[in-house]
Amino acid sequence: MNAVSRQIRPGRRQPLLSVSHLTKAYGRTLGCEDISFDLFPGEIIAIVGESGSGKSTLLNCLSGQMVPDKGSVVYAMQDKGPTDVLTLKEPERRRLMRTDWGLVHQNPRDGLRMAVSAGGNIGERPMGLGARHYGDIRNEAQDWLTQVEIDLSRTDHHPKTFSGGMQQRLQIARILVTRPRLVFMDEPTGGLDVSVQARLLDLLRGLVMNIGVAVVLVTHDLSVARLLAHRIIVMRRGNIVETGLTDQVLDDPHHPYTQLLVSSVL
Amino acid sequence: MAYVAVKGGEQAILNSHRLIAEERRGDAAVPELTVRQVAEQMGLAVDRVMCEGSVYDRELAALALKQAQGDAVEAIFLLRAYRTTMPRFAVSNTLDTAQMAIQRRVSATFKDIPGGHVLGSTYEYTHRLLDFDLLDPAPCEDTKANIADRPLESGVGRAFDSIRDEGLIEVETAPAGQQAVFDLTREPLSLPAGRDQRLQNLARGDEGFVVGLAYSALRGYGAAHPYVGETRVGDVAVEIVPEELGFAVSIGDITVTECQMLDLFGGSELQPAQFTRGYGLSFGKSERKAMGMAIVDRSLRCRELGEEARYPVQDEEFVLAHTDNLEAAGFVSHLTLPHYVDFQADLQFIRQLRREKSGDHLDKEAAE
Amino acid sequence: MTANQEGAARGGRRSAYNFAYLDEQSKRMIRRCILKAMAVPGFQVPFGSREMPLAYGWGTGGIQLTASIIGPDDRLKVIDQGADDATNAVSIRRFFKKVTGVETTEQTSAATIIQTRHRVPETALEERQILIYQVPSPEPLKRLEPREAETRKMHAYGEYGLMSVQLYEDISRFGHIATTNSYPVMTNERYLMSPSPIPKFDNPKLGKNPAIQLFGAGREKRIYAVPPYTQVRSLDFDDHPFKVQRWTQSCSLCGATESYLDEILMDDKGQRMFVCSDTDYCATRKESQQASSNDGTSGSPAHPSREAEKGPNS
Repeated sequence: MNAVSRQIRPGRRQPLLSVSHLTKAYGRTLGCEDISFDLFPGEIIAIVGESGSGKSTLLNCLSGQMVPDKGSVVYAMQDKGPTDVLTLKEPERRRLMRTDWGLVHQNPRDGLRMAVSAGGNIGERPMGLGARHYGDIRNEAQDWLTQVEIDLSRTDHHPKTFSGGMQQRLQIARILVTRPRLVFMDEPTGGLDVSVQARLLDLLRGLVMNIGVAVVLVTHDLSVARLLAHRIIVMRRGNIVETGLTDQVLDDPHHPYTQLLVSSVL
Repeated sequence: MAYVAVKGGEQAILNSHRLIAEERRGDAAVPELTVRQVAEQMGLAVDRVMCEGSVYDRELAALALKQAQGDAVEAIFLLRAYRTTMPRFAVSNTLDTAQMAIQRRVSATFKDIPGGHVLGSTYEYTHRLLDFDLLDPAPCEDTKANIADRPLESGVGRAFDSIRDEGLIEVETAPAGQQAVFDLTREPLSLPAGRDQRLQNLARGDEGFVVGLAYSALRGYGAAHPYVGETRVGDVAVEIVPEELGFAVSIGDITVTECQMLDLFGGSELQPAQFTRGYGLSFGKSERKAMGMAIVDRSLRCRELGEEARYPVQDEEFVLAHTDNLEAAGFVSHLTLPHYVDFQADLQFIRQLRREKSGDHLDKEAAE
Repeated sequence: MTANQEGAARGGRRSAYNFAYLDEQSKRMIRRCILKAMAVPGFQVPFGSREMPLAYGWGTGGIQLTASIIGPDDRLKVIDQGADDATNAVSIRRFFKKVTGVETTEQTSAATIIQTRHRVPETALEERQILIYQVPSPEPLKRLEPREAETRKMHAYGEYGLMSVQLYEDISRFGHIATTNSYPVMTNERYLMSPSPIPKFDNPKLGKNPAIQLFGAGREKRIYAVPPYTQVRSLDFDDHPFKVQRWTQSCSLCGATESYLDEILMDDKGQRMFVCSDTDYCATRKESQQASSNDGTSGSPAHPSREAEKGPNS
């Protein structure tokens, strides 16, 4: 994985993730219907919509937390190339989830081990992959703490002593340590103060651009999408109503629903 | 020398056994309790021991109680250990509680029910006043309760059958394709557990723990809104089908308490609003246990009914792994066993940490 | 080891218990689980644990293992904390004497089956021997992940990162790995396994051992095994290698410097002495020392009763 291979060259490169006709219903209620899109290496795509629009269902189906009724989620796996992750066996899916993928929960408590130190939280994924040198594991953890702007004096502290913003940054460090190629983020700035949000977004943007990770970002907040995403997918009642480059969609929305969303923010 | 203290285990054990026997017998001037007396006059204690001991035998349960000085958990232990050595002759047909010879039958759902409510013997409407007359043995007077002229019809339906016919109560059908009922006494608990495992586990579970869990579900640490659809106590026939005969024969009657709780269910995407059921069954007259069991059973069905599981009583692994009082009592009591070796290891470790800490301290001082 | 079908003990009007208490069906079921456990070293095999006449937590797993493999020709040793005369060891030995009538012994080298709680004998075991551990909590991941449904998957998929997190946390907090007993091991480089609450001092004895090692957890209904000569590695970090406890003292009775020592309080003024936790090891050493210094005098006063105890009613 060199820097060149991480650059975005849509059109000429294979997509990292290719979603086709994904459908999930709860009884008679629709979760999401016939969703298709491609995500390229290093690309950040934001899925926006109100609550109940199906964006969380979609994220859950993509990240393996829920089994869709129909469709495929083809991922360019490092060892065996494009593979429908829905057909993966459980150990393979779990392995993918803790190596090449990551999931940033809205509530950091869901993504962190609250009774384990910050260093241990970051060290878990490397240790799961066989890291056996305490000093190296700790150095790498501290390197990531620095990257997410957490003071090294907090290395051995438990996340429960951290502020919400710090917890969220720790959660991100815990995932990025294995340099995943794809990260799912579920309202990563939800529940944070506006000033804390801004700092986190800034940091996220820097990190993501730096290591060239692709991101599927679910948010109801268009300003988050504008700041982070290359492309936007607008969802309503389980369906995609509009999709395009972020600036394009936000500055010149075509669908009436998107227009409504944009105007309600402004 | 102090070292002698860990010696002499064998003699100590023998002496301890003698001491138990002495304490069990108590004052030799007082007549010894007979097993028959326990079986006849401590009937509810016997019922509990039979239920959690998983053996329906009043004499053995009474013996266990006598031997255990009335300690129910110890008596249950004795009965279970005995059960281990028993060969298994047959598996009975499903008990048909609809054909119960009813001694008590109440429902909280309708004032009038076909077949009528039968209060039966219950402490519920007694005033809990110590009856000092019982201090002294009294001659057995003819104080028999009035008995109805004609016996209750057998085969009375459940109190809530009328609304069941309206489709307002969940229909319970045996799971398709299931070959045999899980046997928790032969196989270890296997999670996720089917309802057969769960009900066996709860029936054998500690009454106090099960009722406490049910209480928590009612008190806000759970989502229960139960109504007693029907509780009935009475005798049912146990039938087996001997291979050589090929048809069912009754091998005797047992007294059981059955409780069906109805729980308001608001409906989901998959199922319409209706009353769902929780089921409880216990040996003898153990109504508290049967009701608690029914509430816990219903609470544990949350996953199947698509409800959010938030509380301990809805957590299958938490509940089912901790109901058994033999497992619980055994593990708690084993802490009295020596842990010298483990303790020594921890002691060494603490000393080492403290030594290193004071060492650090000295190093710093030296550096200054 | 064929089981004797005849009732070995008769007590009370109702009972006539089978040889070694358990019925033959149950023994067969347990032996099948043992074979499975031997075939997959370190893997926890669920088994239909029976209610035994001793309480859960008091060695029911070990007792069921012993009961299902013991035969009339076996010689049984039972130790608790290394000692043959600890109350529970006495109790279990008495139980088997009663229900099997087999010979019992306190000599490690003379036993064919050794049931133990919390220690591995100091004397090296041989191929003809079986060591049976009583296990309270077979799941090494339990404290980190309480859910069995999840820990089963972690074992199946070899996801053991979490265990290392525990060790990492110890080092960052204490400067050492703080686990002193039940120290987790990797068996045959595949399954993470709890060696039962033996002190980590005993961990090195598990690997490449000529004897069969069986582990029984009655309350938790699991059996696992380490077949002879299997690799067993105590978890550690490259820069924080596994180390066992060492004492600055030596045994006050036999002078041993290489054995696990118990601390004995002599009085309430803090007077202490250290003696071997393995009573047979200590007594054997004392005897040989005395035999070499002066022939024919009496044996050790501290470990007096070491002769094989014979028969059901001795």
